[in-house]
Amino acid sequence: MRLALREVVLAFRRAPLLALLGVTTIAFSLFAFGLFGLVAINIRSALVSIEDRVEIRAFLVDGVADGQVDELMRGITKMPQVADVGYVSPDSALQRARAELDEFRDVMEGAMLPGSVELRLKEGARDPATVLAISQRLQTYPVVDEVRYGREWVEKLYRIRNIAGLAGSVLGAVFALVSVIIIGSTIRMAILARAREIEIMRLVGATNGFVRLPYLIDGTLKGLAGGVIAVALTWGTNALVSRSLLGTVFFSTQQVLLGILAGALLGLLASWISVGRQLGRIWREA
Amino acid sequence: MAGILRLDHVSKTYPRSGAALVDVSFELNKGEFVFLVGHSGAGKSTLLKLISMAERPTDGEVRVSGFSSLTARSRDIPQLRRRLGIVFQDFRLLPDRTAEQNVAFALEVTGVPQGLIQPKVARLLTQVGLASKATAFPHELSGGEQQRVAIARALVNDPFVLLADEPTGNLDDRATHAIFLLLREINTQGTAVIMATHDVALIQRANLRFLEMDKGSLIFDGTDVARLVADMRGRR
Repeated sequence: MRLALREVVLAFRRAPLLALLGVTTIAFSLFAFGLFGLVAINIRSALVSIEDRVEIRAFLVDGVADGQVDELMRGITKMPQVADVGYVSPDSALQRARAELDEFRDVMEGAMLPGSVELRLKEGARDPATVLAISQRLQTYPVVDEVRYGREWVEKLYRIRNIAGLAGSVLGAVFALVSVIIIGSTIRMAILARAREIEIMRLVGATNGFVRLPYLIDGTLKGLAGGVIAVALTWGTNALVSRSLLGTVFFSTQQVLLGILAGALLGLLASWISVGRQLGRIWREA
Repeated sequence: MAGILRLDHVSKTYPRSGAALVDVSFELNKGEFVFLVGHSGAGKSTLLKLISMAERPTDGEVRVSGFSSLTARSRDIPQLRRRLGIVFQDFRLLPDRTAEQNVAFALEVTGVPQGLIQPKVARLLTQVGLASKATAFPHELSGGEQQRVAIARALVNDPFVLLADEPTGNLDDRATHAIFLLLREINTQGTAVIMATHDVALIQRANLRFLEMDKGSLIFDGTDVARLVADMRGRR
């Protein structure tokens, strides 16, 4: 182990620039994942608060009898997804409009507004599909004239979240591939520089694992460093946006640790692939 | 006496260059000294590679100290190597390490505890007559001295057999003789030696068993040096 660590330090001294490049690409790979992941979780938290306000409003036809309204209300209350429901009579609708839109007070003099039923859905039943289903159900009541809800918004936010997730995955995967290639080539260089030593190690009976270990440690440490840098970059970006634009949510501690672990695994994977190929080559030539 | 090393109808064919060894059989006894002689390309190096299991035979079986070329897995090979000592014509020392570091390296990479390494290295360098040059780098040593370091390194695991592939090929007569004497001395302490060479004069003086190779075949196994001299002249 001591010997392996010494080799890691030696390898770094031999090609510091390439080593830094390897760490940087892993960092960028995870940074890309992290940034878009951050967008995704923030949209999700925005969705939660927006969904909280998702309400469906069913406008009623003119001149509905109180009995018909009661029947509609009873029907709605029975729906398991509905959290609460309220009736807005034509009069109170007009009052509300006057209060909210003071500038148009004159226009609304003597105007008629339709009565409506407002309902809020329970948590977990606020996704676009459920909202649509409930709306269609309301539409079947003859007293209901038109159903409105913040459909466009909800769907748009869902779409943005999906796109952010996809973009992060694609960009991250590209960086991950580049980092595998770069870490692979640093290990290739290190192994070629030590071809003679490795040949002698084989000659005197060093095990394969012993020969491999320094390179695997090397790759894993680079991945770990890349992961830590990526977390720092993501955190910095988040703090900047949070301060200057809008309040955002950061990853949980577990997610952060998972990110660093992903870096380490990426480094290990890259070195594993490269070591296998390069040592195989030396064995054949020796 | 039981053979510690046996080749049984061993052939080796390379896909591109063709047959390197053809139906070779012989046995080496414990503590024996054997020359492997023949022109370059006769198959001496291939034979040594098969013994160290750097390569496997195309046909036949190589048995070395309980390992068989038919059944040994690649992860068994490090264990086999720890029972062999191998030296080459070109010494194969690490240029950026001193004589003692070169010897110590072989102990370090086979997991020998740190505390045991230093005394063992000192003892081995003394045995090969290089105690006074322990801290010299390879480029500060003569060819003969470099080969001594390589021999010391080959002895770290107390091998039962030392494989020497043309160990004197790069050395002048005096150094050649000295290395041969060193190998004989190691041999008298119980280590078997297979020494590949094309130095007929050396074999003549030594009067020991030799295996004569030609075009991949083993054409003579014995001590009849007169025959060897005639053979080598005839083929030149």
